[in-house]
Amino acid sequence: MSGFDKVVNTYDEALDGIRDGMTVIAGGFGLCGIPEGCIAQVRKMGIRELTVVSNNCGVDDFGLGLLLEDKQIKKMISSYVGENALFEEQLLNGELEVELTPQGTLAEKMRAGGAGIPAFYTATGYGTPVGEGKEVREFNGRKYILEESIVGDFALVKGWKADRYGNVIYRHTAQNFNPMAATAGRITVVEVEQVVEPGELEPAHIQTPGIYVDRLIQGRFEKRIEQRTITE
Amino acid sequence: MALSREQLAMRVARELQDGYYVNLGIGIPTLVANYVPEEMEVMLQSENGLLGMGPFPTEEQLDADMINAGKQTVTAITGASIFNSAESFAMIRGGHVDLTVLGAFEVDVEGNIASWMIPGKLVKGMGGAMDLVAGAENIIVTMTHASKSGASKLLARCTLPLTGAGCIHKVVTDLAYVEINDGRFWLKERAPGVSVDEIVGKTAGEMIAPDVVPEMEF
Repeated sequence: MSGFDKVVNTYDEALDGIRDGMTVIAGGFGLCGIPEGCIAQVRKMGIRELTVVSNNCGVDDFGLGLLLEDKQIKKMISSYVGENALFEEQLLNGELEVELTPQGTLAEKMRAGGAGIPAFYTATGYGTPVGEGKEVREFNGRKYILEESIVGDFALVKGWKADRYGNVIYRHTAQNFNPMAATAGRITVVEVEQVVEPGELEPAHIQTPGIYVDRLIQGRFEKRIEQRTITE
Repeated sequence: MALSREQLAMRVARELQDGYYVNLGIGIPTLVANYVPEEMEVMLQSENGLLGMGPFPTEEQLDADMINAGKQTVTAITGASIFNSAESFAMIRGGHVDLTVLGAFEVDVEGNIASWMIPGKLVKGMGGAMDLVAGAENIIVTMTHASKSGASKLLARCTLPLTGAGCIHKVVTDLAYVEINDGRFWLKERAPGVSVDEIVGKTAGEMIAPDVVPEMEF
C-alpha cells in the first residue's frame, strides 16, 4: 500500500476521530453534491453539539436535516436555511443557533481558511445586520468589512470520481462548495461514486488535488432532487 | 393599468444587451429570460456555479447533479461553464456580471435595498443576494410599487434590515421605471394609463418628475 493511498473501506474508518463539539464543514448546495454517506455515519455515531458549516441544512428526512432528528447540531453557519420544519422548530425554541452568512462570503471563508488566510475584507454585508460589530475599512473610497475565515475539524466532501491518491473531480453543479470544503478541513474525508487507479484521471482535469484529502471512500448515493422541474 | 408580471419582465428585458452575462433572481426576475430578443445572445449566471443556464430538462435529460440557484433541475446551453462557489462569487463580487435583476421589499432614495428579512418572521437567510448587490455595477430591482395594503415600497429610508447600502440605481415597478441618484427618485417612464400623480402619490421618498413622462409601450 502506497503512502499516498487515501482509500478507506468503511465509514467507521472514514470518520474515525470525530468527537462531540467539533466543527464540521460539509459541501453541497441544497441536496446537490452532499456527502450522504458521511452524514449518515455522523448520525449513526450519535456525535452531538456540532457546529456545522454548510450552505444549507438539508430537508426534514434527508441531507443534514437528518442530524436535526436527534438534535446533533448546536449551531449552523449557512446562507439559507429553513426548508425543513424541524429546523424551524429547534431554532424557535432555542435548541439551535444559526449564523446566517452571505453565500459568497461563506465560500470565501472556506477558501481562505484552506489557503492559510485568517481574514479578508469584503463589501458584502457592509451597512447590513451582517456587518454589525465587524471592523470596517475603506479602500479606494469604498467601505469593506473584515470577515474571518473558517477551518473545520472535519470536512465532508462529495466528489464524482477520485483516484486512490485522492485526486478528485466533480460532476456538473454537484461541485458547488465541495472544492472549498476539501481545503478547509483538518481532516478531509471525500466520498465519491467511483474510485479509480492513479493515472486514469487527466492531471490537468483534477479539481481537488490529493494533497488536501486525508481519507477517500467509495459510496452509494441516492441523489435526491429537491425541486424537480421539467420541460414538457 | 399597472404592469402584469410578464410586462414587468418585458420592460426589464429591454435593458439587456448582446453579449451580456446576467444573474436573475427568483420570482419576476426569472421571467426576464423568456423575453430575451431573438437576435441577442445572453448568458445566465446561476450562483451555485453555472454560467450558461439553459431551460428545464426533459424527462430524459433530468439530472440530479444539474441544478440552478433555486435548486430547480436545469440544463446548460452550448458554451456553458461550471465552476465552484468561490469562483462563482469571484465573478459576482469582482463586478464581472453585466446585469443583476432581483426583487425587494423596499428601496430608498439613498439606493439602499431591503430584501431578505422581516423582523418577527422566520428568517431563512440572504443566500447570495448580499454578494450580488455588493458586487454588481448594474442592478435592476423589480417589485410592486406599493404593498397590498397600499404602503409605498419606495421610501425616504428603508425600514427593514438592509441587504445592501447605496447600491441600487434602477427600479422597475408595476407602475413606473424609476432611477435613483443624488438622494432622490427620478421618474423616467410610467406604465400605460398610469398618471404621474398616482406614481408620485404612491412614492414615499422624494421623487422628481419631469413635465413629460413617457408611457411604456408593449
